[in-house]
Amino acid sequence: MRDAIAALVRDGDSVAIEGFTHLISFAAGHEIIRQGRRDLTLIRMTPDLIYDQMVAAGTASGLVFSWLGNPGVGSLHAIRRRTEGDAPTLALEEYSHFGMVGRYTAGAMRLPFFPLRSYFETDLPAANPRIRPIRSPYGDELVYAVPPLNPDVTIVHAQRADAAGNTQIWGLLGCQKEAAFAADRVIVVVEELVDEAVIRADPNRTAIPGVIVDAVVVEPFGAHPSYSQGHYDRDSRFYVEWEAISRDPERLDAWLREWVHDLPDRAAYREKLGPETLARLRPTGSAPSGSVDYGRYG
Amino acid sequence: MSAAPATRTERMIVAAARELAGKRVCFVGVGLPNIAVNLAQRTVAPELELVYESGVYGARPGRLPLSIGDPTIVTGATAVTSMLELFGYYLQGGRVDVGFLGAAQIDRYGNINTTVIGDYAHPRTRLPGSGGACEIAIDAREVFIVMRQSARSFVERIDFRTSPGNLGGGEAAARLRAEQGWTGHGPSVVVTDLGVWRFGTDGEMVLVSLHPGATLDEVRGATGWAPAIAPDLRPTPEPEPEELRLIREELDPAGLYTR
Repeated sequence: MRDAIAALVRDGDSVAIEGFTHLISFAAGHEIIRQGRRDLTLIRMTPDLIYDQMVAAGTASGLVFSWLGNPGVGSLHAIRRRTEGDAPTLALEEYSHFGMVGRYTAGAMRLPFFPLRSYFETDLPAANPRIRPIRSPYGDELVYAVPPLNPDVTIVHAQRADAAGNTQIWGLLGCQKEAAFAADRVIVVVEELVDEAVIRADPNRTAIPGVIVDAVVVEPFGAHPSYSQGHYDRDSRFYVEWEAISRDPERLDAWLREWVHDLPDRAAYREKLGPETLARLRPTGSAPSGSVDYGRYG
Repeated sequence: MSAAPATRTERMIVAAARELAGKRVCFVGVGLPNIAVNLAQRTVAPELELVYESGVYGARPGRLPLSIGDPTIVTGATAVTSMLELFGYYLQGGRVDVGFLGAAQIDRYGNINTTVIGDYAHPRTRLPGSGGACEIAIDAREVFIVMRQSARSFVERIDFRTSPGNLGGGEAAARLRAEQGWTGHGPSVVVTDLGVWRFGTDGEMVLVSLHPGATLDEVRGATGWAPAIAPDLRPTPEPEPEELRLIREELDPAGLYTR
């Protein structure tokens, strides 16, 4: 992880650590904090705790997003402190969820815009002039357009990949595929490195092909306190605790020192979490998929 | 031993869940809608297909998901899709019957603000923003809203229109929706901790039932305009013991939604 971030994430980059609630690479975010990156434009549909932490640590000057909160709990207070009142210090560029998905999709497909039937009669286009009305070239129907989004770097956490970076995801798929194809550089972080044959045995599950991947990092538990379907549960208890930590700048700084700056890497984080937390987050049982037979031909 | 009487929040959740009787496909918003739809699936609407914006159609959650991206909404679901498909094919494609939203501020026409309190560039309070709410309000065939009611949340003028309701009135809103090709017909019900509101043809919400224990004076004090009251205003039916048991013992034993 240290090498991947050092080589592929630069000061001033636009960085998308995607994953909708599921598979958020906290491990990569923490390494970016440790390496002291500055002036990043952070991109995520739901900035979540990881961007609250990265903003608090001073890595970011801008945020592109569609829903800014601690899901089911409350606020991201470090981000709020830099966006409320007379002199906001974090530049916000905001869309709706479908608008963000559309932006990644246009970016991945090299299209000049993505059309959608959102934003009618709302204040969002006035708040963000990059959301613009357009007429259909085949009639006079009005839709809205959002511009393509091409992050300098997209970082995706996944259940497994092979050494070439062919990456498989199950459970919530979010917009990782679109965000990865849209990016200039891609880092994949996985729970498990598997043999190429494992990938080839189930090609429908491959979300990201190795050809667009620049680095594969193996980091079990690297998505905690988010989750990895089938491996470990979302640590909702920590999401609830974050409300009080994030509300108090001194407590937040102390948390960053203890859990990010003072730890050398993710292995140390995993060890610090301890066996009780790891056991608490294990799925309560097994729910295997049925298997299908792809058949052999030739 | 008899159970403790229903709190106002529990009355709100039960009344919101009962609105889903007979509905088929419901897009679930963050927060209070989440517990209401999960109660509905266990009571009045066992056939309800829960759609979560995280990319799940037909969720059968084994526990109440704290977040709308919880792993329990995946296991056993009808379909897991990319968010592009979920928003593009399912929602914008017109396959969602009910969009169930929460709100920070609402006006008499059901227009919703979840973006900022105060001026957009220099807000007093930065709220989460749209998420999927703006497109749910436009694309779902009808919109249900569940929220706590106060003079701060039920306001004459919302600070930012994140999700359109009946705009400035019913007729103009219906005309605009038709012209612009929306699949949705806008808000049909607002359930609060004080009562249940429906929308008249003029597009304004009307109080149609009052929760036991709440008074009209209290409703007026918690509404930023002179509220319309239905001539046949009724008391909201009491929650059944089973509904309260489901909320207290199965769905939210920690009181995250109900406290």
